[in-house]
Amino acid sequence: MNDTRTPRARIEPWNDPAASAYVRVEGIAKSFGAQVAVANVDLAIHKGEFFSLLGPSGCGKTTLLRMLAGFETPDAGRILIDGADMTGVPPHRRPVNMMFQSYALFPHMTVEQNIAFGLRQDGAPKAEIADRVAEMLALVKLDGFGRRKPHQLSGGQRQRVALARALVKKPKLLLLDEPLGALDRRLREHTQFELVNIQERLGITFIIVTHDQEEAMTMSSRMAVMEHGAIRQVGTPAEVYERPASRFVAEFLGDANIIEGRVTSSANGRLQIAAEAAGCTIAVDGDGLAAGAPCAVAFRPEKLTLAKDQPADTSSNAVAGTVFDIAYLGDMSVYHVRTDAGATLRVAAANSQRMIERPITWDDRVWVTWAPGAGVVLDR
Amino acid sequence: MNTSWGKRLVIAAPYLWLGLFFLIPFLIVLKLSFAEVVLARPPYTPLIEWLNAAGQFAPKLRVNFANYLLLLSDDLYIRSFLISLRIAFFATLIALAVGYPLAYAMARAPESWRAILVMLVILPFWTSFLIRVYAWIGILKNEGLLNAALMAVGIISKPLVIMNTDWAVYIGIVYSYLPFMVLPLYAALEKQDPSLLEAAADLGAPPWKAFWTVTVPLSLPGIVAGSLLVFIPAVGEFVIPDILGGSGTLMIGKTLWAEFFNNRDWPLASAIAVVLLVVLVVPIVWFQRQQAARAVEDGR
Amino acid sequence: MNASRLSTVNIVALTIGFAFLYVPILILIVFSFNESRLVTVWAGFSTKWYAALLENRQIMDAAWITLRVAIVSATVATIIGTLAGLTLARFVRFRGRTLFTGMIYAPLVMPEVITGLALLLLFVALDWDRGYWTVTLAHATFSMAYVAVIVQSRLVGFDRSLEEAAMDLGATPLRTFFAVTLTLIAPALIAGWLLAFTLSLDDLVIASFASGPGATTLPMRIYSQVRLGVTPEINAISTILIAIVACGAVAATLVQKRSLVLRRRAEAAARADV
Repeated sequence: MNDTRTPRARIEPWNDPAASAYVRVEGIAKSFGAQVAVANVDLAIHKGEFFSLLGPSGCGKTTLLRMLAGFETPDAGRILIDGADMTGVPPHRRPVNMMFQSYALFPHMTVEQNIAFGLRQDGAPKAEIADRVAEMLALVKLDGFGRRKPHQLSGGQRQRVALARALVKKPKLLLLDEPLGALDRRLREHTQFELVNIQERLGITFIIVTHDQEEAMTMSSRMAVMEHGAIRQVGTPAEVYERPASRFVAEFLGDANIIEGRVTSSANGRLQIAAEAAGCTIAVDGDGLAAGAPCAVAFRPEKLTLAKDQPADTSSNAVAGTVFDIAYLGDMSVYHVRTDAGATLRVAAANSQRMIERPITWDDRVWVTWAPGAGVVLDR
Repeated sequence: MNTSWGKRLVIAAPYLWLGLFFLIPFLIVLKLSFAEVVLARPPYTPLIEWLNAAGQFAPKLRVNFANYLLLLSDDLYIRSFLISLRIAFFATLIALAVGYPLAYAMARAPESWRAILVMLVILPFWTSFLIRVYAWIGILKNEGLLNAALMAVGIISKPLVIMNTDWAVYIGIVYSYLPFMVLPLYAALEKQDPSLLEAAADLGAPPWKAFWTVTVPLSLPGIVAGSLLVFIPAVGEFVIPDILGGSGTLMIGKTLWAEFFNNRDWPLASAIAVVLLVVLVVPIVWFQRQQAARAVEDGR
Repeated sequence: MNASRLSTVNIVALTIGFAFLYVPILILIVFSFNESRLVTVWAGFSTKWYAALLENRQIMDAAWITLRVAIVSATVATIIGTLAGLTLARFVRFRGRTLFTGMIYAPLVMPEVITGLALLLLFVALDWDRGYWTVTLAHATFSMAYVAVIVQSRLVGFDRSLEEAAMDLGATPLRTFFAVTLTLIAPALIAGWLLAFTLSLDDLVIASFASGPGATTLPMRIYSQVRLGVTPEINAISTILIAIVACGAVAATLVQKRSLVLRRRAEAAARADV
């Protein structure tokens, strides 16, 4: 994949074997009674990263975040931040700040007092506190709101106060628990970019917990997909989307058609797979599987092509079927095709032309085709 | 500050206080109920005698069941218990019948009124219990305001005898404990989603049926809490039967008071307290369970 | 169903219910201003019973003792009750929790004659002279349970992340408790103190057991007079007590309502300038 790397990727520290991680999570585990929340997690996060922990609710991502903050004590393993072991260090002595999902703004204090709270705990001089608070209010564009109480602010303003309060102590690590969850969609998109801007300007390492894959994809330098307390895959958004390691990751992040089959031959980095359930033969990039091995291949719907006419070569990477449902989404449409063998495929097509009459409609006979690089062989 | 140390301190202070001033006193009551009354200060015999008549060390346990035997054999005490339970039970039913419509109307009132209505229910509770019971004397007695009003209107020709009867005690209990009934009912009714009734109506239930099949079952926790809050203290009530009831209104709280203050029979009064506690243990535990369950539910 | 409109049935229920609750008190107040000694026949307006009250040394002494007992016992009950409420809400697992919750909830419904008798026997066993201090102790004990329940219910709705945020920003657990937790549950502490205060002001039965010579409280004094019959003097002292409590309660409600209105207005304004 070296040829596809962007210039930015070359400076990505996680690809540099000489770089040492800034935040190191080693064999962390945590159970609540019989419920395993986090099971033996290892992570290495580099300085200045915008790292997302992504997963469905109950996957252990928030527990992991709370262990980084010091609110939960791990049953096993240790956490190092900038080389210092954080085991047994209480939350108020950690060089880490957190932005809470509920924002947790102190309702009895003004915006200024909320932001100044952290500095006051350190006994910073008054003049310095005032300067820093003003600086932070400017950073989050809330000048003039310092005297208000939290309940006099809109949701978006509260979110920015929470961010300013967490940033004011210049933490080595900022933890954000679903920071945009309480905002409506429009505001959320706007805030995503603002958050990334602030992070790049300050150079602070961010770890964000979210269940929203779009949010994770837009903002993160890298992300970890979690399920049942374990990390299933770590990588850049593009890596994880384009090369999902498992069926869970493929289906959790975006949409995927998963076709099961059996390897018939393997040569020159190309696998031939017979997929009887779908009624086709798949040629796909990949190796490491011997002939006869069962396997699953994931296809993103937008990587499949739909045509009414039969392609020239139907020996592989093509299957005939009937359109039985169409979901019109505006910018694109998703066609549900039942192959002649009875499997269902979802094919996304951009609506590049204004469309009144559909070129392809219900009950049409169609061919679904794809390129050899379109599918990904799943590990599990 | 060490957290576990602080936690221990926070728990220990109220624990020790309650242990010393609530739990140990009950153990003393239990101990004393097995003692004998004597003319002395304090007026009872010790449970354990450390020295014998000759002054030698010879611990001897003297357990005396006479107080309990007396309670079981003397008609006065058995009747006191039965009358207390009967009065408390019917007073609770009446309070429920009066309180439910009131709580329901409060929960259905416009939202801006509700805080004030709740305040109006709580307000009498903050004013002296004794004074509120006293207020009924002027109303209920033979030449009182109620009789005067009824005779003036011509409904009755000679005064109703209410004062110093069980009726006056019922009125007093219902009146005094009504806020305890209304508030839990209101809390249960107020949080009910009005769309549940709309759903019931939409599915074809007429209003009265929706009320019985949706509103009432959902307010059951409020009914239980309110009823227990009225019933338990009413069984041991002293002030109301003493002030409003007659000499025939033998409620157990009054009997205990009389044994203690008038007859100075502390062991017998203790035995009455123990039996009363045994009688009330089931409703008290029920109440605690319900409160604990509610606290957990609120925490979610 | 229209929730903002009251049906006739509901209006009738409200009218009858509140009439039942308030008419006896109103009658009591009206007859405290009666010229005649008879409390059932109106003979003209007079404040002479209030004047007589001020000269009644027994009642004034009792009132003074009651006030002192109520203030001290309410303060003690609030301190210990707050710790108890904290324990109930925060420490889900510790040895003896069942006994602890039992000891908190039991005084709420325990017949007063039992509590009073039990406390008296303790004081006798400890050989303490009964009087001002024993009444205060007894009142603090039974009213702390109420404070504990009020504080607990306030803490149950408390957003724990506020405390975590304070610690995350560098506040020690102790500082967090004072700067955040205690400040935010202050209304519950005030409510608890007021409730403990009025419970103490009101109590006859437990005080009768726990008190000794020289520490006759106002309810005990009123009770001994009530047994002798209804007098306008008692109506007068009752009216004063009711007036004090009503003023306090109404003021508290108005303050709460005012801050609620201001808050609503501020929230509406914030929504407008997103």
